[in-house]
Amino acid sequence: MSIDVRKDQFKGYRGPALEALKRFSVGVWSDVEVESSRGNFKGIILPRSETADDRHIVMKLRNGYNVGLDVSTLTAVRETGYREAHYKIPEKAFPFDPVKPNVILYGTGGTIASRLDYRTGAVIPAFSPGELYGSVPELADICNLQTEKLYGVFSENMGPEQYIGTAQAIGRAIAEGKDGVVIGHGTDTMHHTAAVLSFMVQNSPIPIVLVGSQRSSDRPSSDAALNLINATKTAAESDLAEIMVCMFGPTSDEYCLLHRGTRVRKMHSSYRSTFRTIGDIPLGMVDPECVVTFRDDYSKRRKDRNVIIDPVFDDRVSIVYYYPAMKPDIIDALVDNGYKGIVIAGTGLGHVNKPLYPALKRACDRGLHVYMTVQTLWGYVQMYVYDTGRDIMELGVVPAANMLPEVAYMKLSWALGHTHDREEVKRMMLTPIAGEITEREPHDGYLIYQGGIPEVEEFISKYRK
Amino acid sequence: MKTPQQMSKKDYEALGFKSGIEIHQQLRTQRKLFCRCPNTHYSPGYDAEIMRHMRPTLSELGEYDGTALMEFKTRKEIIYRISRHTVCTYEMDDTPPFMLNQEALDIALQVTMLLGCNLVSEVHIARKQYLDGSIPTGFQRTTILGVDGRIPFKGRTIGIRQLGLEEDACREVSDRGHVRTYLTDRLSIPLIETVTEAEMTTPTEVAEVAQLLRTLTRLTGRVKTGMGAARQDVNVSIRGGERVEIKGVSRIPMIPALCHYEALRQKALLEIREILRKRGVTKETIADECRDVTAVVRRSHFTPLQQSLAAGQRAFAVKLPGFAGLLNYETGPDVRFVREFSGRIKVIACLDRQPNLVYSDSPEPTLASRLWERLLRDMEAGEQDALVLVWGPERDGRTAAREAVLRARDATVGVPNETRKSLKDGTTVFERILPGPDRMYPDTDLPPLPITSERMERIRTTMGPRPWELIECYHAKGVPEHLACDLLLDARRDLLDALLGLPGTNPVEATVFVGQTLRALRRCGAVLDDAAQHRMVQLFSLFLQGRFAREVLPDLANAVVSEPAVEVAELVQRMVPATVPASRLADEVREALSGKEWRRPGHAQREFLVAMGFVMERLRGAACGKEVAEVVRALQSGKGVTP
Repeated sequence: MSIDVRKDQFKGYRGPALEALKRFSVGVWSDVEVESSRGNFKGIILPRSETADDRHIVMKLRNGYNVGLDVSTLTAVRETGYREAHYKIPEKAFPFDPVKPNVILYGTGGTIASRLDYRTGAVIPAFSPGELYGSVPELADICNLQTEKLYGVFSENMGPEQYIGTAQAIGRAIAEGKDGVVIGHGTDTMHHTAAVLSFMVQNSPIPIVLVGSQRSSDRPSSDAALNLINATKTAAESDLAEIMVCMFGPTSDEYCLLHRGTRVRKMHSSYRSTFRTIGDIPLGMVDPECVVTFRDDYSKRRKDRNVIIDPVFDDRVSIVYYYPAMKPDIIDALVDNGYKGIVIAGTGLGHVNKPLYPALKRACDRGLHVYMTVQTLWGYVQMYVYDTGRDIMELGVVPAANMLPEVAYMKLSWALGHTHDREEVKRMMLTPIAGEITEREPHDGYLIYQGGIPEVEEFISKYRK
Repeated sequence: MKTPQQMSKKDYEALGFKSGIEIHQQLRTQRKLFCRCPNTHYSPGYDAEIMRHMRPTLSELGEYDGTALMEFKTRKEIIYRISRHTVCTYEMDDTPPFMLNQEALDIALQVTMLLGCNLVSEVHIARKQYLDGSIPTGFQRTTILGVDGRIPFKGRTIGIRQLGLEEDACREVSDRGHVRTYLTDRLSIPLIETVTEAEMTTPTEVAEVAQLLRTLTRLTGRVKTGMGAARQDVNVSIRGGERVEIKGVSRIPMIPALCHYEALRQKALLEIREILRKRGVTKETIADECRDVTAVVRRSHFTPLQQSLAAGQRAFAVKLPGFAGLLNYETGPDVRFVREFSGRIKVIACLDRQPNLVYSDSPEPTLASRLWERLLRDMEAGEQDALVLVWGPERDGRTAAREAVLRARDATVGVPNETRKSLKDGTTVFERILPGPDRMYPDTDLPPLPITSERMERIRTTMGPRPWELIECYHAKGVPEHLACDLLLDARRDLLDALLGLPGTNPVEATVFVGQTLRALRRCGAVLDDAAQHRMVQLFSLFLQGRFAREVLPDLANAVVSEPAVEVAELVQRMVPATVPASRLADEVREALSGKEWRRPGHAQREFLVAMGFVMERLRGAACGKEVAEVVRALQSGKGVTP
């Protein structure tokens, strides 16, 4: 193949590196022999990440290693062949078994099976049932799987459009008679999506399970396969007709926890066991053998298809994470920019400093809906204990019980999608729909054990982390 | 089977023996390679465990690696023992890597330059898959810093294929059934991997090159020493054979025997292939069929089988057509071809209780012969065929039976590409299928790191000498080459330099003093600090001035260390008797021998030694041994000496 008809022949290269490739009439996937002032090298030229500098070319040497060569050291580059890589995830037709439950897997952009993207150095998901069967064959023992790619975005780029579209897709799946829905999702904002879907999809007759991976599936120790197997099992077989997040319980490859969509939060930037239920216990746990529930106050699976899909969202809402010495202009700016709702993550039982009072009063007077949550995450807002709290309530700020700040944000956005009537919004906000406010917090809803304490260390030595 | 001593250089040449090595050498850095954990000693203690499974993934070029698939078949639960002191969430694979340890990179670049490799300009971190679980991520973060170096060796050169910097893996604690346990204390310690070309042509050469490379890295003073700090993988092939990698050889003296027996194993496998070829056996004639024969062998009294079936497990038989007698073929000292099958089954089917198989023409008693007859009949096996019987939990048993078929098929090809584990007796067992370049893919967690010319220059100007340069330098100063080699790693090489700098020095005496006398002293627990070293220079200086004979040097050195408060000159004064004048020598010798039974009629040499022993006991340091010897020989011959 001649150089000029090759596709993406200089992928990712620019500046001096690009010029060098052109000067030596070689390109990406060229098999080359290089002479340089630092010695000779043989290998294949690879695409370069666009965020990397423009002074090096990347080569895959015969031994499989990649190295970068400074273009200013190159004296000769000869093409001896051409070897384009083809990514292929082994694809096998996903078997169909009429007695197995039917599950649909919606993709929003998380990675389950994947390959690498040279342009960004990132991981591209493999997604079709055939590809999934090729990489996670265990799925065929659980269900008949259908997949549909809704979006291809990283989780931080999820937004109202995707929330609404996903809620509608769930509605379609339920109408079609599916036995369960699995949603592949990036983990960063998985709990935001779980929360908003809990309001947009009410009274579901089937399990709706969000799942992702903390270690991308291009690595052997990934949690992706086990998460997916467990999520699919929950969707196919469990009695839990709830919106849930299914992710690793411990960091070991043992089981996943099933968290209610309105009480779950990502609590560690990188641990596998990052998702925790806050202020309550999870709904249950699941491993490839069985689903175990910890409680019975959940919505049971039903035969009917009477789901309520209510996909509205007003994005003129913000979360304000309070810090000491915060200035009122933050609040003023939101008001002046046309925001309609503010969720405050206040200190302690729900407090902010005095200088903010006039700004908050102005916000409430201008018709903004202002709700108070706690940045401690665990525990209720209680604004009667101290005078400060009473003063703040008097300004028009409404305590949001033990709703998590992100959940309150999602609920307020959703409520404002329906109405801006102050009392109606307040009624919607404070009436629990999917466990976002609980009446009571059990003693084991707050368990953060501290390492170093002898009995904790003893526990850790007995059970795998 | 021939022992290593029975093989000459020519014999290895006739076999087409070729070998290369990979040396893994831990670096002495403050911290680990990709996190801030301390790079300390091993500690077997642990305070928590985590469990992982490993799944194969696609490599960058879109292929599954063969080893990866094999490891997946084994379905192991991997347990990691972790201690808060040596391991953080990075090694547990719960935190992304921190920036590459620059101290380690500098040391690795130094060695790359010492080896004369072509240096890369930008370091790319790769992930090398290891599905055996030895690293919790399932891959090793590794880089390559240089390629195509050369080192001088015995009048020729040996090529250095590449030098890489990578993180160390876990230490295996146990591997039983489907559970493999690792200690993580060693995990992620920085190490360099030096890979030579397969240019060594005898087993001894392999060890010599390993020693040379080890010396080269140790000379930097920036690598770890001690048990497990340096480990070799040895690649061996013979003509018609395949590259086989013997992993993790920690002692260099073991290398020759391992290479030797591996070469002979390959020779045996090629002979087996020839026999199969003559019998018309090909891959295709070996059917991938196993039969559940639990019912047939249920009444067997063969204990391992009996126990297995009693526990509800099952037995499977496979027919190996044309294999009659071959499983008994000698592939090593006291090793038969059947070990190849047993090893594969142990690793891949996780059946680790020995024996894990029996076969129809085994010389040992196994099943009763009527049972074998029944099985042979049932499986329609003829005189040319062999049957293999395996047992275990159903899934593992079937995997084992299939593995036996796969190994038999490999026998028709010759030597399988694999990695093998070394045993103490110099033989090896199957470890895993040899991985290919397909298991490498880029690490997306860290950006490429340019190596600037300034950095290279800084390292080049401080990188220190190469062993062969030092040897040449000592040689030029009159130190015999073999003694110089021996001294390179001596902790007191600077003392030697001082002795060689003394006026009228004697290079041979100086080298023997440092390399033998003082080394022996240190072995007995003496500590040679800077002060003691200074005194040793004084002592040797007095020796050079002819103040005393060589024979008292060890005793004086000992006194120099044990009596640090006494001046060296005073010690000499005290310990060295006044020199016996030549005129008194004969009398002194006669006196020393009077009343001693030193005569050994008919054994002149022995008699001489006995006499010398008595005489030198009395005259040590006071007379020159050579002159004493002349007197003794004269006495022996009965000539007597004129008084």
